[in-house]
Amino acid sequence: MLKVTGIPTTEDVAGVTPPIERLEKGPCAVIECYQKIPCNPCATSCPFGAIVRDNDINELPVIDWEICTGCAICVVNCPGLAIFTVDLSKPGKAMIKLPYEYLPLPQVGEIVDAVDRGGEVVGEAKITKVQEGKAFDRTRLVWLEVPREQAMIVRHFRQKE
Amino acid sequence: MEHREIVVVGGGPAGLCAALQAARLGAKVLLLEGDDRLGGQLIKQTHMFFGSEKQHAGTRGVDISAMLVKELKSMDNVEIRTNAMVIGRYDDGALTVDENDEFKLIYPEKVVFATGASEKMLMFANNDLPGVYGAGAVQTLMNVFGVMPAKKVLMVGAGNIGLIVSYQLMQAGVEIAAILDAGPQIGGYLVHASKIRRAGVPILTRHSVKEAIGTDMVEAAVITQLDESWQPIEGTEKTIECDAICLAVGLSPFADLFWQAGCEMKFIPELGGHVPSRDENMETSIEGIYLAGDVGGIEEASAAMVEGYLAGLNAAVSLGYGLAEAEGLRADLKDQLNDLRSGPVGDKIRSGLAKLQDD
Ligand SMILES: Cc1cc2nc3c(=O)[nH]c(=O)nc-3n(C[C@H](O)[C@H](O)[C@H](O)COP(=O)(O)OP(=O)(O)OC[C@H]3O[C@@H](n4cnc5c(N)ncnc54)[C@H](O)[C@@H]3O)c2cc1C
Ligand code: SF4
Ligand code: SF4
Repeated sequence: MLKVTGIPTTEDVAGVTPPIERLEKGPCAVIECYQKIPCNPCATSCPFGAIVRDNDINELPVIDWEICTGCAICVVNCPGLAIFTVDLSKPGKAMIKLPYEYLPLPQVGEIVDAVDRGGEVVGEAKITKVQEGKAFDRTRLVWLEVPREQAMIVRHFRQKE
Repeated sequence: MEHREIVVVGGGPAGLCAALQAARLGAKVLLLEGDDRLGGQLIKQTHMFFGSEKQHAGTRGVDISAMLVKELKSMDNVEIRTNAMVIGRYDDGALTVDENDEFKLIYPEKVVFATGASEKMLMFANNDLPGVYGAGAVQTLMNVFGVMPAKKVLMVGAGNIGLIVSYQLMQAGVEIAAILDAGPQIGGYLVHASKIRRAGVPILTRHSVKEAIGTDMVEAAVITQLDESWQPIEGTEKTIECDAICLAVGLSPFADLFWQAGCEMKFIPELGGHVPSRDENMETSIEGIYLAGDVGGIEEASAAMVEGYLAGLNAAVSLGYGLAEAEGLRADLKDQLNDLRSGPVGDKIRSGLAKLQDD
């Protein structure tokens, strides 16, 4: 259970998963923020107004997946590192963008161990892009390619020894 | 002997904002900081902060501090002194200050105490072995002095501080053996817990440390499971190899100066211990003594900054500055505090503040 282990349950995740049809159209943000905390950079950073926080900064963020372009600006601005983007537009594959604040940075093309929310290795992933920029404020955006069925499973990676 | 309009004691987020707000309204402000640099806890916080944009959410703590200090240093009516520790307050209002080992007496017309908090200790066998650290010390070594405190750390406490310091240690290449918490649930924000958990660190609730093992320094720790009444369950002991045990088991307000001044004090566990009574303008039971930040109740930098602005505002207004804009500013700051505290994670602070009002 999330409050005891730090790992969200399958039901928790199901509740924030965009519809498959939306993910098949292209990248879309998945907001894995399940607790009411006083926080709103996700909403204020989204250039398209896709995230609403209903005036009360303690409410859970609500995203309109149809407005979201998957640009991932919110991903690097969320202090909880709780937002990811998922893209199922390529057959058989899933592209995941995740926020990353560790060193050394992975290289494009590198094959890494794909890790789930519990820290377990669940397969391999290919790094397809590592983005940084001034507006990113030192959080890197790492793009991973994983098998399609792991789109909602892989949330971290570990470089091979 | 010096006379001053407003003296702010403590250069953390609360004190910086108190000084800023008072100075923006035109008051002459002296800021005294005991450490050799300004920023308080903020200079150790390399992670992005929560809150809303008014409290610089999404910005890293250390950068928030730099922004506040920059504005303060650009103001002509502010004097800043570091290495200036206030060590006493006399009945006639005088502050005694130890400034670079010299004693000075300063008479402020109004004073804001924003002295922050100190860490709590935990009782267990061998807790005096080198390698048993407070989380604050670990963070200072790592983020202020660039020294790696250990190679493998057992973290005790899964509140925000335990979680964030664990994350920062991992970023610095230190392994976290586990994070323990005596409570049944993770106390800190779950988004912090999740990002550490997916990096492979186990979080063990209802667990505590029983004993540190080692001859000259920590070599391992014995941990044990706790039952519903927080008692160790026999037979559940496990030995975890580590070269440091880091304690993040809470803070208590650094309220000595209020005691000395004779302010009315109340024991409020939800706020972290003994704290001064105050009115909604952040003024204590003694006229002209204000407070802001963790010293009045352990909370967050976001709230500490807003309280600082509020205390600085009211101190300046009481001297006749900023009368025209005071009401609007005050209302906005109070709204910000209410917003920050209105959600479920604000329950504790709200009930603490409510108790403070009861009598
Ligand atoms: C690991 C960690 C992570 C945190 N993360 C967050 C976060 O993400 N978001 C958030 O909002 N908050 C966070 N906080 C909390 C935040 O740092 C504190 O709530 C905040 O710093 C309190 O501000 P303050 O000004 O009251 O006290 P402090 O920051 O403690 O500053 C007090 C200052 O007063 C000085 N001082 C003390 N006594 C005297 C004296 N007698 N004379 C002169 N100077 C004196 C001290 O040297 C210090 O500089 C975190 C804290 C920690 C430890
Ligand atoms: S991915 Fe871009 S468009 Fe979608 S919610 Fe985040 S910031 Fe907005
Ligand atoms: S910024 Fe991140 S942690 Fe904050 S509310 Fe939005 S999703 Fe949650």
